[in-house]
Amino acid sequence: MSSGRLTNFLIPLLAVLLGVIVGSIVMVISGYDPIAGYSALLYGAFGDSYYIGETIRQMTPYILAGLAVAFAFRTGLFNIGVEGQLIVGWLAAVWVGVAFELPKFIHLPLAILAAAAAGALWALIPGFLKARFKVHEVIVTIMMNYIALHATNAIIRSVLSDKGYKSEEIHESASLRSEFLQSITDYSTLHYGIIIALLAAVIMWFLLEKTTKGYELRAVGFNQHASHYAGMNVSNNIVLAMVISGAFAGVAGAMEGLGTFANISVKAGFTGVGFDGIAVALLGGNNAFGIILSALLFGALKVGALEMPSSAGVPTELVDIVIALIIFFVASSYLIRLLLTRVKKEGK
Amino acid sequence: MKKKRFGVALSLMLAAGALLGGCGQKDENNAGGNKDTFSVAMVTDVGGVDDKSFNQSAWEGLQKFGEDNGMKKGKGGYDYLQSQSDADYTTNLNKLVRSDFDLIYGIGFLMADAIGEIAEQKPKAQFAIVDSVVEKPNVASITFKEHEGSFLVGVVAGLTTKTNKIGFVGGMEIPLIEKFESGFRAGVKAVNPKATVEVQYAGAFDQADKGKAIASSMYASGIDVIYHAAGATGNGVFSEAKDLKTKDPNRELWVIGVDKDQAPEGVVKVGGKEYNVTLTSMVKRVDVAVYDVAKKTKDGQFPGGKVIEYGLPENGVGIAPTQDNIKPEVLKAVDEWKEKIIKGEVKVPKTRDEYKEFEATLK
Repeated sequence: MSSGRLTNFLIPLLAVLLGVIVGSIVMVISGYDPIAGYSALLYGAFGDSYYIGETIRQMTPYILAGLAVAFAFRTGLFNIGVEGQLIVGWLAAVWVGVAFELPKFIHLPLAILAAAAAGALWALIPGFLKARFKVHEVIVTIMMNYIALHATNAIIRSVLSDKGYKSEEIHESASLRSEFLQSITDYSTLHYGIIIALLAAVIMWFLLEKTTKGYELRAVGFNQHASHYAGMNVSNNIVLAMVISGAFAGVAGAMEGLGTFANISVKAGFTGVGFDGIAVALLGGNNAFGIILSALLFGALKVGALEMPSSAGVPTELVDIVIALIIFFVASSYLIRLLLTRVKKEGK
Repeated sequence: MKKKRFGVALSLMLAAGALLGGCGQKDENNAGGNKDTFSVAMVTDVGGVDDKSFNQSAWEGLQKFGEDNGMKKGKGGYDYLQSQSDADYTTNLNKLVRSDFDLIYGIGFLMADAIGEIAEQKPKAQFAIVDSVVEKPNVASITFKEHEGSFLVGVVAGLTTKTNKIGFVGGMEIPLIEKFESGFRAGVKAVNPKATVEVQYAGAFDQADKGKAIASSMYASGIDVIYHAAGATGNGVFSEAKDLKTKDPNRELWVIGVDKDQAPEGVVKVGGKEYNVTLTSMVKRVDVAVYDVAKKTKDGQFPGGKVIEYGLPENGVGIAPTQDNIKPEVLKAVDEWKEKIIKGEVKVPKTRDEYKEFEATLK
C-alpha cells in the first residue's frame, strides 16, 4: 500500500474514531452511559436480521446521494441540489409507477430511468446557468431545492391525488420490494434497491476512471483553463457533469419511491438524505468504494440511533451530534494530516 | 518508517475493534419482558414527544395510565419512541412489536400506512392509530370530532372579535385540518354573520417561522382573533401575538390554541404586568382516548377493527379549562351551542362542502 493511499484511508477512519470518542465525552457530560448508548446503537443497526435489513435499506439512498455529490465534486462542482433532484426523482418514479401498467421488466427500469431523467433535468438548469452565464451552482442548486419541494407537493395534491396528502401506491410491477428479502430479514423494509446502488457505484468508478469522457470531466475539474487550452469543451463538460450527478440523485429518489415507501406523500420539509449525501461523499473521499463504506456507516448510525432511547435512555439527537462531529473531523482532515506527519517525524 | 505508521494504523484498528466488540452484548437480558404484565407503547410522528400538542398529549395519557397501574417506564411497562423522519415509522413500530408490547399506538395520521402494513405482517400484535382509520382486525382506530370542538371556539371567536375579522391558520391542507376549519367557520358564522374568516395554510406542522409570518400579516390586516390548527407551526402565531402585545399592551388581539390547553403559551409580561394572549383553546383529549383504549385492552376488550370517535359527549373534544379571558355571556352561549350539538339539533360541518350547506341554512 502506498503511503498516500494509506493516509487517505486513515483520515476518515480517525475522523470516525474521534467523532465516536468526543461523542462519548458529550454523553458522559450530559449524564448518559456511553457504553450502553453505543451498544444500543450497534444492536439497533446490526443486532439481528431485521436491523441489518433496515440498515441496508437506509444505506441505499445514501450511496446514491453520496455518488451524486462526489461526481460533481470530482469535476469541480459543488452540487448542493441533490436533495431537490432526489425529490423530483422520487416524484417521477412514483408517477410512472402509478400511471402505467406494464410488465415488470419494462415498468421497473422505466420508472428508475424516469427518476434519473427527472433528477438530471433538475440539475441541467444549474449546470447550464453555470456554463453559459457563470452563475454559481451552489446558489442555484439551493434555490432549486425549494422549488422541487414545493412544486412536488403541489403536484401530489393536485395531480397524483384528489387534494390528499399522498399518492396512490405504485403498481406491483414497478416495485423494488421483495417478499424474499422481507422474509429473510423478518419483515424489514429491505428492497432490491441496494443492488442498483452498488451498480451505480461501479458505473461512477468506470465512468470517471476508465473512459476518455471521465478523464475530460476530471480535467475540467482540476483546471478549466488548461482543459480549454488542451481543446476540451469546458461548458459542455460542466453541463454533462451536473446532469450525471443529478441522475444519480434522481435514482436515489427512486429508491425511496419504488422501494421504501411505494408512494410519495406531501413533505413538510426536506428528507435530509440529499444533505447527508454531502457528508457521505466527504467521508468517503469522493471515491465510489469509499462512499459505499461511509453510506454503510451513516445508515447504521441513523437506524441504530432509534434503539438508543428505548434501551439506553440516550436521546436520538446525540447521534446527530456524533455525525456532526465526524463530519467536523473529516472536514478538518488537515489537522489529522498534520498529526500524522508529526507522528511520522517522531518515528524517525 | 512505513512499517511504524502501519503499526499505528493497525493498533488503531484493533482498538476500534475492541471498543466496538466490547459493546453489543448486554441487550438480551432486558429484551422480551414478562408476559404476565400488560405493556403499552407509542410511536410519535415527526413532531416529537414534546410538541406541546397531540404527541405530548398522547404521552401524558400513557404516563397517567402507567402510573395508575403501577407500571414502569421502559420495556415491559410503558414507553415511547420518537420518529425523526417518516422513514422511521415502520422501523419504530416494528421495534416495539419485537419488544413484545401488548398494545402499540401510532400517533398521527401520517403513520396510517406504516401501521396498516405492519398489522398485516404481524397479525398477533395489537395496534391503535390516532387521527386516522386503518381497516385491519388488529388495529383500533381513534378519531375525534374536531369540527365540534372547533365550532365552540368559533362561537367564542365570533362573539369576541371587535373588527369582525378572524383568522384561521392550518398546518397542512388535508381532510383532517379541514374538519377544524369547517367547524370553526361554522361556529363563527352561526353567532356573527358579519364576521369574515381568512383561512391560510402554512404547509407544515413543524415550522414556527411560517406561523409567525402568517400571523404577522393577519394581525396587520385588522384580524384580532386567530385560531390555529397547526401543531408546532402555531407556536409562531403565539410568538407574533406576544410580540405585538409587548409593543402595545392595550391592543386587543387573541390566539385560540389547539389540542392542549395552550394558556401557558400565551403569557407575556409587559412593564411588570402580566397579560395572556390565549383566548381559549380547542382541546382534543388525545390523552383521554389513549388512556381509554389502553384500559379497554388491559381488561381484555381490545377494540380491534373498530373506529372509536371521541366527540363532545365523550369529553374527547371541547373548550379548554382556562377560560379567564372569555366574557361570561360568551361562555353562556358556548354552553347553549354545546347542548344543541350533543342533542343533535345542530349538525356541525366537517368538510368545506358541508360548510357551504350549513351556511345556506343560516340565511
